Amino acid sequence: MVSGGQDRDAPSKIVVDELDFWYGTRQVLHGINLRIPARRITALIGPSNCGKSTFLHTLNRMHEIVADTRLSGTILLDGQDIHHPAVDVVALRRRVGVVFQHSNPFPKSVFDNVAYGPRLQGIRQREALSEIVQRSLQQVGLWDEVKDRLARHAWDLSGGQQQRLSIARALAVDPDVLLLDEPAAALDPRATVHIEDLIGQLCERYTVVVVTHNMQQAARVSHFTAFFYEGRLIETGPTNRIFSNPREQQTDEYITGRFH
Amino acid sequence: MARLFHSDRSVRYGLLFATSTSLLIVALIFLFLGKEALPFLANPGLTQLLGTRWIPVSFDAGSFGIVPLFTGTLLVTSLSLVLTVPLGIGAAVYIAELAAPWERRILRPLMELLTAIPTVVIGFFGLVVLGPWIKYLCALPSGMNALTASLLLAVMAFPTVVSVSEEAIRGVPAAWKRPSLALGATPLQTTWRVTVPAAAPGILAAVSLGAGRVVGETMVVLMVTGNAAQLTLWPLKSVRTMTATIALEMGEVALGSHHYRALFCIGVLLLGVTFGLNLVAQRALSRQTQSH
Repeated sequence: MVSGGQDRDAPSKIVVDELDFWYGTRQVLHGINLRIPARRITALIGPSNCGKSTFLHTLNRMHEIVADTRLSGTILLDGQDIHHPAVDVVALRRRVGVVFQHSNPFPKSVFDNVAYGPRLQGIRQREALSEIVQRSLQQVGLWDEVKDRLARHAWDLSGGQQQRLSIARALAVDPDVLLLDEPAAALDPRATVHIEDLIGQLCERYTVVVVTHNMQQAARVSHFTAFFYEGRLIETGPTNRIFSNPREQQTDEYITGRFH
Repeated sequence: MARLFHSDRSVRYGLLFATSTSLLIVALIFLFLGKEALPFLANPGLTQLLGTRWIPVSFDAGSFGIVPLFTGTLLVTSLSLVLTVPLGIGAAVYIAELAAPWERRILRPLMELLTAIPTVVIGFFGLVVLGPWIKYLCALPSGMNALTASLLLAVMAFPTVVSVSEEAIRGVPAAWKRPSLALGATPLQTTWRVTVPAAAPGILAAVSLGAGRVVGETMVVLMVTGNAAQLTLWPLKSVRTMTATIALEMGEVALGSHHYRALFCIGVLLLGVTFGLNLVAQRALSRQTQSH
């Protein structure tokens, strides 16, 4: 368990209040209340289709690219309602970055992948871009591996490298919050260890929310854990407490492997 | 059982025969064209073909320079592509990425309808409507020129360019667009910076197929280019294409004459060009599907 797991006093970065969510007429999230502490790692666990990924996507309004969805309740980011009409969704997504399970680097060079976000923001100077690319790749520990082949196609990298590249791509726009949707699900064990180490380092600068169906992973990397089941948030708390002494029977059954 | 196997095999061979027929026909056409064209290279020789004057019927020895015919085809083709490719890609982007489902349901069949118009009708329209307009607008003695033909051919190539590009754009997986949106790109920025570049091989195929259609087109160019075999790259001049030349002259040519063989040389060149364009298209398409 990561040190700081007992720290209940970290200020809230995101506060979710009574969040309901529907795909068409099917309600997939029911009254979620959760506070996500700043510069800590919060793990969302639960069986498949429990709503944890959907919940993650509402945090930067990525659910809006899917047609026919509806949401009620509030999500406050630094005290500001992210669904308020005055909020610019583009600006929001720059503050809250996402890395997907199959994040597929763009069919571009390593450099252009990382520079994609900064270019969207209008940064054009080669030196400025190079600096951002180097910094972002260093943050994910990829710089030394790829610095001589920045012009190479991103698909020439290994799976683990591609996933770290995707994280670097998200970091390049300098977000506050990083949402990771099963970031290691498609990786081999060695690459997984690498990613987990990386997540541990990221919380020095970023608020990290990671969805995982791997409980050992949640226990290893996170400070706080939220257990989702059938669209409801069953239990939340410091990771060591959730895993050693769950209060709810469903949580206990899930983490001891009695259902998946 | 043995009998069953036997009939199984005969069905197999029957189908194999049916499949190979088309291949066989293509090979035979190549052979036939080659056989009729090759003697020209021995006499009067390849240099005759590379001349800049096409005057096949003459009191003394004719001139069989196919360069003006080649440039005629080149001019008409490139001009129509310049017109149709940007529009076609734009339309493909619109239908694939932006259009509402009901718009898509209307636009796609309408586009297909464009391919259903007989080419002679398009040529007729050019002859009596578009040609006179061009003549009037550009203050020309005649509206029968490369520009008129290119405009009509652009219309004809449009559906091909749109439908093949659209398919390529729709084939770009959502997994590539999502990270772009998640980085704060607008849907339109995502389209231009991720989707269209990712669909580039398919779009190249669309352009090649469109070009193939234009290069091989005969009726429209026959009707509206003016058919003057002059060496020019100026759109407002009359030109003559390779296809039109064969169509115009093959019927009246003396069998086995130099003129006859020269026409076959044009045929070989034409087939080579369209074959090459198709090859480019197929390779690009296979690259597009591999990358997903």
